[in-house]
Amino acid sequence: MSLLTPNPGLIFWMLVVFLLVVFILSKFAWKPILKGLKDRENEIQGALDLAEKTRAEMAQLKSDNEKLIAEANAIRDQILRDAKDAADRTIAESKDKAAAEGLKIIESARETIRNEQAVAVSKIKKEVATLSLEIAEKVLHRELEDKGAQEKLIADLASSARLN
Amino acid sequence: MYTHLRRFFTIALIAATCVFNLPARADEPTQHEADKVAQAVNEEEHKIEHKLEEHEAKFNIGEMIMHHIADSHEWEFSHGVSLPLPVILYSEDRGLEVFLSSNFHNEHHEYNGYHLVHGESEQIVPVDEARKIYDFSITKNVASMLISAVILILVFTSVAGWYKNSKGKAPKGFASAMEVIILFIRDEVVKPNVGPKYEKYLPYLLTLFFFILINNIMGLLPGSANLTGNIAVTMTLAVLTFIIVHLNANGNYYKHLLSPPGVPAPLLLIMIPVEIVGVFMKPFSLMVRLFANITAGHIILLSLFGLIFIFQSFVIAPVISLFALFLNFIEIMVAFIQAFIFTLLSSMYIGTAIEEHSHDHGHH
Repeated sequence: MSLLTPNPGLIFWMLVVFLLVVFILSKFAWKPILKGLKDRENEIQGALDLAEKTRAEMAQLKSDNEKLIAEANAIRDQILRDAKDAADRTIAESKDKAAAEGLKIIESARETIRNEQAVAVSKIKKEVATLSLEIAEKVLHRELEDKGAQEKLIADLASSARLN
Repeated sequence: MYTHLRRFFTIALIAATCVFNLPARADEPTQHEADKVAQAVNEEEHKIEHKLEEHEAKFNIGEMIMHHIADSHEWEFSHGVSLPLPVILYSEDRGLEVFLSSNFHNEHHEYNGYHLVHGESEQIVPVDEARKIYDFSITKNVASMLISAVILILVFTSVAGWYKNSKGKAPKGFASAMEVIILFIRDEVVKPNVGPKYEKYLPYLLTLFFFILINNIMGLLPGSANLTGNIAVTMTLAVLTFIIVHLNANGNYYKHLLSPPGVPAPLLLIMIPVEIVGVFMKPFSLMVRLFANITAGHIILLSLFGLIFIFQSFVIAPVISLFALFLNFIEIMVAFIQAFIFTLLSSMYIGTAIEEHSHDHGHH
């Protein structure tokens, strides 16, 4: 039965020693140990959070970049297309203009030629008339100067003219 | 970093060997004043003593076991090799008295008016029976408790030193070994059972766990004290848990105690006493569980070793030794399990007392 009877002296020492151990360990052991463990856990959690955040940022950045590239591509295509259209238009316009201009030039050339021709023709006509007159004058002059020749001519003319 | 720990053990070892070398000599009090009554009592006792010795020669296994489990005023390592421990007595007429227990090593086990009575357990009684004394001796259990306290403080302050000196480093060495256990107690035992306010109770519960564990393990060493198998020790621990629970319990806990919700009024007559008995059953079960488990383990081991002396056979000894070795491993496991269970149940009791109830009447 003595096993089941608590000894007051032992209870006293147990209380004193155990409470002292609790006090000393709480102050000098558990406090720094638990604080160290907590700090480390917070540190690890913080590092993990930061990594997660960075990864999200990287993904965001990447998608942003892709979007930018796509936009730039679209803009480039647009610009190229516009430039090509503009060039085509300019070429077509120039062609039309050149053709019209050519026609105009040809037309005016024709006109000029025609005018020149007319002028030339009229000039030639006048010249021919003058020449004819001069020739005729000269001929007449010569004919009338030479009596013998005229008589011969008349004779020739008379001989050739058959009297029917 | 652990050099001061090592130094402590070295000094302790040297001190122990020095004390062993002192033979447990007793100074014989030579005064034989012929007080006939006293002489008659002495003679009686002498006879009883003689009988006991005869008995011992015959080997009484029950006595042997009780002798090993019970507390003692000296630390006996082996037959005849013992370390005397200080006896501290307080009485109203004489005040505080301190002397070494080796003073009782005489024919009559008597010194300075006190008898050391070897019964089922050792007890110091005054020769003058009218006097009342209080025995605050450093017994074997107290000495063992002091050693365990010193070990605990040295170990955990050095672990704490590691945490202070190497902030932000990966755990290493002895600190990381302790860290595993500390984290287990914090995350698996205290946090889920005590609830969100666990940090307030963590130092007590951690100390409780390691105190019980180290004393359970120290109790398994040959020649050591059976501290956690002593009802005074387990009672103190259980009462401390009881006090912590009831100092921190909230109104809800007391309200549920006096009027369990959902119980019809006539049943309350039965329920309230049951609840109140339950309140005291909890620390009682804590006390008995640890005490019984550790004491039972010691009794089994001692019975096995006792068998060797009963059979006195060379054939049986190795078999029993092997079996005792196996049981020793189980006892190491029990040492951990009982420390764990005591801490677990303590945190559960604290947890239920401080729990904030969301008023869920109806199921209880």
